[in-house]
This record gives sequence, structure tokens and C-alpha cells, in this order.
Amino acid sequence: MEIFDIFLLEAVLNGLLLGGLLALLSLGLNLIFGVIDVVWICYAELIMCGMYAVYYLHVQYHWPLIAAMAAAIVMVALLGVVLHQLVIRPVLSAEPINQLLVTGGVLFFLQAAATLAFGIDFKNLGVSLPPVRLGEMSFSAARLVAFGAALAGVLGLYLFLNKTYLGTAIRAISQDRAVMPLMGVDPGRVFVITSAIGGALAGLGACLLVLQYDVHPAIGLSFGPIIFLICVLGGLGSMAGGLVAAFVFAQFISVGGFFFAIEWGYVIAFAFFIAMMFVRPQGLFRR
Amino acid sequence: MLSLEHVSAGYGGFQALFGVSLEVRAGESVAVIGPNGAGKTTLLRLISKLIDPAEGDIRFEEESLKSVPPHAVVCRGIAHVPENRRLFPRLTVEENLRMGAFTSRKKFEQRKEVVYGLFPRLKERKDQAAGTLSGGEQQMCAIGRALMSGPKLLLLDEPSAGLAPLVVQSIFELVRRICAEGYTVLIVEQNIRQVLKVVSRAYLLDAGKIMLSGSSEEFVNSKQIQKAYLGL
Repeated sequence: MEIFDIFLLEAVLNGLLLGGLLALLSLGLNLIFGVIDVVWICYAELIMCGMYAVYYLHVQYHWPLIAAMAAAIVMVALLGVVLHQLVIRPVLSAEPINQLLVTGGVLFFLQAAATLAFGIDFKNLGVSLPPVRLGEMSFSAARLVAFGAALAGVLGLYLFLNKTYLGTAIRAISQDRAVMPLMGVDPGRVFVITSAIGGALAGLGACLLVLQYDVHPAIGLSFGPIIFLICVLGGLGSMAGGLVAAFVFAQFISVGGFFFAIEWGYVIAFAFFIAMMFVRPQGLFRR
Repeated sequence: MLSLEHVSAGYGGFQALFGVSLEVRAGESVAVIGPNGAGKTTLLRLISKLIDPAEGDIRFEEESLKSVPPHAVVCRGIAHVPENRRLFPRLTVEENLRMGAFTSRKKFEQRKEVVYGLFPRLKERKDQAAGTLSGGEQQMCAIGRALMSGPKLLLLDEPSAGLAPLVVQSIFELVRRICAEGYTVLIVEQNIRQVLKVVSRAYLLDAGKIMLSGSSEEFVNSKQIQKAYLGL
């Protein structure tokens, strides 16, 4: 194979790995919107909190990494429940713009609180996995782990939503909220459970990101917008759409970055997003 | 089994029901008939506790439903087939039935077979999205979903609404069979002529008040009903 082709293949495969991670990150946001009809614009800040949780438990308190990650997932799940009960529930029947603004307020609140509590310096987990070589190509092991865990998360959620009563009720409530009490389902309870699952997915995302990136109070801003745009591109609330959009977006970033420069990858991806908003404003998959 | 005592209710400033009293005894099939906007749907929503009564009491098996939250009503043994069916359109037929059995999961397999026995058409379409069914099939699915909770009392809100005339016939035939199976049924309908053939007793609700009550024969023979509602 020509050296150019090998690098291109490497870029495509790296895009695939990135796509898996982005797919997982968009999943929680899509689930919340699909079920509760509110956009958690502060979703990436929940991930930031999870990254700090892993960092402090592992580095400061010397917990084993796996235990620190499990605890972080539980903590962010609880954070999701707190967010729902304190902030979302009072605005459930408010105008969408107000819901967006209030979760936007939470975004900056969490950022400021993290700055206050943890300072502005970049914190590194200090875990480095050796790169995995495949022929003449080289991949980051952290990315491979993230890809595998992301796929497991997506599959787990899929099975939960399709094979259990509670999961079916979560899908049902997104189709007709008002009729749920006649099924004996308390919608308020389902919302709390959904918020916990959305939080747990953010926590899982945090565990995978903290393997690859340093954590700092503003890290949410570096991938929060991408997660949100992926959800919009896929059709907000459509989980299948979000998955497809995540892989499309990741290829633009990875392959676009290969042909030009890495910064160009993002420019092309966002330009594609804007163009798609003209062509298919409802997203790839209409809900 | 079910009794409403001088119940008044409404939405916001609008009062829909004025001192309504009615009774349904175990094993009975009872209709509430009346024109559009008479308060028939409000009456059923009240029994399911989707809205709270402003005055009066609702009693089911000697117990007041006043402080029962809406999602706990189905556990008491009341299943409600709402107006316009309200299936989950993107869930399959079987998943819709599963939602009906949400509070009694252990009985799911057993009751599913009962429902499929009653509506073989649903079994043929069990993996199809409910939104793709025909109107009559959707009504079967909605009734089946309600039966999945194993109700003592079945509330039916306008099962014939929006269906083709030929389908209306078969839906009333189904309702007749469900009554014959021994279910206690309270049905509200605008299709007065048809529903009176199916039930044993009826109430006339107009402008939020009970105007008349009696057996189906008394209704069919009543000059008031014939003139105003049957067009005779």
C-alpha cells in the first residue's frame, strides 16, 4: 500500500474511534431531550464534574482507577437527578427558551464552581497507555478503550430501552406523556430515572475522556458544542440519528484534518453542519 | 362497585360537570350518552383521577378515590381506554400491550394470550408499529392494552369515534363480547342507537348534568330520547 493510503486509512479508523466516543456522548443528551423534552445544555459540564471525580479519587485519594471510575459514574448519575429535581422540574411546563436559559445558567454555574473548587490549572490523570500498532498504523490505546466502552454503553442502553418494562415506558413516555398514568406509570418517577441514566452516561463519557485529556474547568466548552450539534444534526431526540451523525461528524474531523490540518477538520465539520441546517433543518432522522 | 356522589368538576374557570351522581354495579354494562361537549370525557377522566373533583366523592369498591394519585388508579382495578385511543404509535402492538401490563408484569404472558384470543388480528400484527394499524385495529389494540391490567372495571371513551361505518359495527360487536365475558363496563358514546343495543343501563348526560337514567329499553322507548337523539 502507498504510504498516503495507509495514513488515510489510519485517519478513517481514527475517525471511527472518535465517532464511537462522540456517539456515546450524544446519547445521554438525546435520551434526556427525547423523554423529558428539555435540552441539558450543561451536559458537557456534568462530564467535566465526572472527570474531576475520577481525577481526585484516583490521584488524591489513591483509589484504584476502576473504583474511581465506577464512583464517578454514580456521582454524575446523582448529579443528573439533582439537576432534574432542583432546576428542570420547576420549568417543565415553561417556554423552551426559558428551559434552555436555565440549563445555560447551570453550565456557567458549574464552570465557576469548578474554578472555585479546583482552580484553573490543567490536571492530568497520569495514566498513559502504550500505543497499539497495527502494521504500519498506530492507534492510541485510550481511544480503543473508549471506543469499546462507548459501544458497550450504546448496546447496553439499547437493550435496556427495548427489553425491559422500564425501558419501554421511557420510550413510551416520549410518545405520549399524558396517557402514562392510565398505564399505572408515574411520569415524574420515570423522569427522575431517565435523568439518572442520562447522568450515568455523562459519567461514563467522563471516564473515557479523562484517559485522553487533561481536565480543567472550561473543558466542557471544547466538546459541549460538538455534542449538541451532533444531536441537532441527527435530529434532536432521535438516538439512531445521533449515532449516525456522530460517525459522520468524526469522519469530517479526522479525514478533513488529514487532508489539510487538524484545525481544518473542525472548520469543515461545522461548515457541513451549517449547510445541513439549510438542507435538512429537522436533522437526518426526523423524530 | 363504582359510585359517583354529587360530583362537580371542571378545568380552570370552566365547569364541566354539575352534581353528577351515578352508579355501576359489578358485572353490569352501563352507557353514558349525550351530545358533544356534554362532559362525558370529563366524567371518565374524573374516575381515572386525571382530574380531581371540585365537589362530591368517587367511590370504588366502597373506598374513596379522592386521595388516590392518577397512576395508582389502575392498581385498584380500573382501566381506561381514552378518547382517540392514544396508543404509543412507534411502539409495536406487543409493546403497547406490555405497557398495559406495567403494574402486573407476572401476568403478562397469560393475559397476552387472552387478548390475542379475543383479537386474533392483533397477534398477526404483534411486531408492527401501532401507528401503522388501521383505525379498527388500533381500537382493538387500545382495548387490549386496557385489558392487560386485568381490570375489574373497564372505561371506554367513544370507541366508535372516527371509524368507518362498517368498522363501527364490528367494534360494538367486540364491546358486546367483552360485556358478555363478564367485565364490568362503563362506556361513553355519541353513537346512541348502537350503544343502547350493547349495554343494559344508560344515563343521559347533557350540559354537565344527568338528565335521565334507566334501562336500555326505557331509553329506546323514551319519547325524549327518540325525539332529541335518535331522530325518530
